[in-house]
Amino acid sequence: MGTFSSTHFLFLAVAALWTVALTAIAFIGGGLAGFAVALARISGNRILRGIAIVYIQIIQGTPLLILLFLIYFGVAVIGFKTVPALLAAGVGLTVYSSGFLAEIWRGCIQAVPKTQWEAAECLALTRWQRMTRVILPQALRMATAPTVGFLVQIVKNTSLASVVGFVELAQAGKLINNSIFEPFTIFIVVAGFYFAICYPLSLWSRSLERKLNVSHR
Amino acid sequence: MGYHFDFAALLPYWRDFAMGILLTLQLSAVSTVLGFVLGTLCAIGRSDGTRLIRTSLAIYIEVIRNTPLLVQIFLVYFGIATLGIHVSANMAAVTALVVNVVAYTSEIMRAGLESIHKSQLEAADCLGLSRAQIYWHVILRPAIERVYPALTSQYVLLMLASSITSQISAEELTAVANRIQSDTFRSFETYIIVGILYILLSFVVRIAFWAFGQGLFVRRRKLGTPL
Repeated sequence: MGTFSSTHFLFLAVAALWTVALTAIAFIGGGLAGFAVALARISGNRILRGIAIVYIQIIQGTPLLILLFLIYFGVAVIGFKTVPALLAAGVGLTVYSSGFLAEIWRGCIQAVPKTQWEAAECLALTRWQRMTRVILPQALRMATAPTVGFLVQIVKNTSLASVVGFVELAQAGKLINNSIFEPFTIFIVVAGFYFAICYPLSLWSRSLERKLNVSHR
Repeated sequence: MGYHFDFAALLPYWRDFAMGILLTLQLSAVSTVLGFVLGTLCAIGRSDGTRLIRTSLAIYIEVIRNTPLLVQIFLVYFGIATLGIHVSANMAAVTALVVNVVAYTSEIMRAGLESIHKSQLEAADCLGLSRAQIYWHVILRPAIERVYPALTSQYVLLMLASSITSQISAEELTAVANRIQSDTFRSFETYIIVGILYILLSFVVRIAFWAFGQGLFVRRRKLGTPL
């Protein structure tokens, strides 16, 4: 039995870097997949739209914990013998983020006034051009604040990656707690790390929101 | 892909699944009710309280909203244990969920309270309504009606988030699943079933909120328009 020392603190700091890394993987992967799902969700093709709706409903209707377990054990079902924890956690969080980002971005794309679509069509732009030149630039402006807000959710949810054996911040805290059992100190430090990552993002998201509102008035 | 699915192995466990669902619903219901009442009080405190109350509430809300629920659960569960007080896992789970959801509810309710125009208060004042009457009829009820969709989503998320309490072995649906999969070695099948159960539960919670809203907001039911 020891007490909480600088070694433990350093261990947590390294684990915090893994939390950030996992967040980056989930955000980039989830962003790409989510964008595709968002486009499918508003596409003219009914089947594509249906698939996107079902996908989003499933992701938003199951807890992340269950998604992670499903992917962890699902990969074994496909035939891989061992699953690296980073892979399982990364894929799980990517799938999770894609479901939520798709819905956020769909809302932003559909919030662009219909007249913009019509005007672009009158200019004889193709559907692709309408999307990339007219609609998306405007949707992007609306999307930044909620997207940064969701980034905070991703950071917090990486804490669940511990269930598939990935040692990130929360799991590191648990490991230290198992050896020295000083839960108050340890988990307050852990919470402090999370807060240090999330709070600036929250502030940024809020300031983006304010800026956007000002320009709209 | 040589995997052989065997859902039949899980059939004998239907009673355990049912108990898990029951506890998940109980945890969510208690946290929802307590979270709503306390969250609303926090929102009122943040807009009308003294400076000290306002600042401490703001700090509480920011801290909770910027740290993971899992860490909050660990802090409550292990933290209370070090104080020498013994609490059951379920009790710790409810406490952590309430502490968490109060912060989110309070932010949603604050948006609702802020959406009430000042002229409404002045008009109510002119009609000679008491402070309590103004709060209930002119501020709270319309505010709740306005943010009701946001509250619904928040409480569905709460129900899903209650799965995290399995990490301190509160025997809700996810913890039941963890136990069953280690008994049967049918991990993938177990989590497929539980995933479907959660999707169904989230539909049920949404429908329950919708029905409750139809009963509560007479004006909306009769006119069919948002406030």
